[in-house]
Amino acid sequence: MSTIKEVPVKELARRIRRHIITMANRANAAHIGSGLSVADILAVLYGRILNFDPKRPDWPERDRFILSKGHGCAALYAVLAECGFFPLSRLETYYQNGSILPGHTTHKCTPGVETSTGSLGHGLPLGIGMALAAKRDGKSHRVFVVLSDGECDEGSNWEGALFAPHHLLDNLVVIVDYNKIQSLGHVKDVLDLNPLAEKWRAFNWATQELDGNDVRALEKALSQIPAQPGRPTCLVAHTIKGKGVSFMENKLQYHYTPPRGEELPKALAEVEAA
Amino acid sequence: MRNAFLDTLFELAQKDARIVFVTGDLGYRVVEKFMEQRPLQFLNAGVAEQNMTGLAAGMALSGKIVFTYSIGNFPTMRCLEQIRNDVCYHEANVKIVTVGGGFAYGPMGVTHHAIEDLAVMRAIPGITVVAPGDPVETRAATRAITMHSGPCYLRIGKAGEPTVHKGTIDFQLGRAIRLREGSDLTLISTGGMLQTAAKAAERLDTQGIHARVLSMHTLKPLDEDAVLAAARETDCIATLEEHSINGGLGSAVAEVLAETDGAKVPFKRIGMPPIFSPHIGSQEYMLQKHGLNEEAVAAVLFKLYGFKKAAHS
Repeated sequence: MSTIKEVPVKELARRIRRHIITMANRANAAHIGSGLSVADILAVLYGRILNFDPKRPDWPERDRFILSKGHGCAALYAVLAECGFFPLSRLETYYQNGSILPGHTTHKCTPGVETSTGSLGHGLPLGIGMALAAKRDGKSHRVFVVLSDGECDEGSNWEGALFAPHHLLDNLVVIVDYNKIQSLGHVKDVLDLNPLAEKWRAFNWATQELDGNDVRALEKALSQIPAQPGRPTCLVAHTIKGKGVSFMENKLQYHYTPPRGEELPKALAEVEAA
Repeated sequence: MRNAFLDTLFELAQKDARIVFVTGDLGYRVVEKFMEQRPLQFLNAGVAEQNMTGLAAGMALSGKIVFTYSIGNFPTMRCLEQIRNDVCYHEANVKIVTVGGGFAYGPMGVTHHAIEDLAVMRAIPGITVVAPGDPVETRAATRAITMHSGPCYLRIGKAGEPTVHKGTIDFQLGRAIRLREGSDLTLISTGGMLQTAAKAAERLDTQGIHARVLSMHTLKPLDEDAVLAAARETDCIATLEEHSINGGLGSAVAEVLAETDGAKVPFKRIGMPPIFSPHIGSQEYMLQKHGLNEEAVAAVLFKLYGFKKAAHS
């Protein structure tokens, strides 16, 4: 099994952020804010919660993880490399000509990536199918799906939200990375989701709101799955877009712009100091 | 065809627990046996085709052979991106099955007319597209796509289609079946137009024109050899489909002919013009209104062959 479990979660989150910043800068790639907001969630999942074996990515008993917000893929590639699914050096190819690590999560040729996402609203139904198959086959592995907040605009999520509790999929966990900023502005101004937790509750999900950048809170919540027997779990994780780099936090600009020039050492220094 | 499909799938499901039948809340009085006798292999996903298709991919990635099922446009166009990304890009073992291809739901209105589905599905990489011509082909096609590992689209009619093939057939995905021999022209049919193709050919026989009839049950991969053999061995080629002439069988055959040196024969696509039909009525009525009945098809073929003869005389 993975030795990543021995790394302190905060340190793993720090490493993920360091990789994301470096990768975005090298590639001149977008979506750095989205990666930074989800970094703590991925650190807790891969560092403490998920059962997996980096030497056997297709181990049938593994927990399934789907990053439905595929644009946050730099964070996923980073944590997978830290876990040993592929060499850290491969991160240097991110978003480059000839790379196998494109700007949205892609499973082809990338060990540990369960599904390809990028068009929003696909991850939850995929995860539901995996959770349903596991239930019907009497398997004990679980399925974790991370959605973005803007992604919750997609109707397919609500088709899935209706389906999963009806079929008692308590082996399924949704984490909404609620960083309050989507593609063209603040969520509350574009298409308000509030009250988001109440929506999931109304769909019969065992729902909890928490600070999605607080690794202890995340670990506590994710250690108690299912939160209620017979119900899927939804964590509405309040996060900060661009978390960990002060000048990027809560800035729409960093949905698009990577750190350039003097911003790079400044961003890395802030991550190291955190 | 619908019953031929469901009966065959039920038989297969009894022997293979990996098979799961997922309906988009359709199949009153035809899916109950599956639901009651194979509950772990049955699922009603509700009226939610995006979730249905996504979860089908998720189940397939967990080792299942998943069949999604609904009327024409619903499990295809409503969830097209799920088919492209979740099913096809992941090479998931999902079979999308539609009933009511063409005008089987004619009186229900344009929302239920499925006349672009073959074109749309054919455009997606990695999917096998099958439209069997009668119940015999439907049974064989159901077995074949179950054995085939990977995404498939199966377009079937509704109920009561005549059995065209007398006796057994040699059904292989991607291989056309020669229903009738003839050296003057070739009529290539897909889906439920097979009976019409056969009858139109009989009609031409009485006028001294002998038509080969091919059942092109697999649209993708297309049997290019059968098309090119027809171009070599007969004087002209027509295609027949209960589908838009844009993007379906006619287009697929035209692509092969146009890109092959020495295969330039007079050619005609017979099908629906690319419009929303202004007509409402039974399948038979709709086909007649759009020139897809036996008499109209025979007339088009007669004219096509006549031009060829005139050009050579």
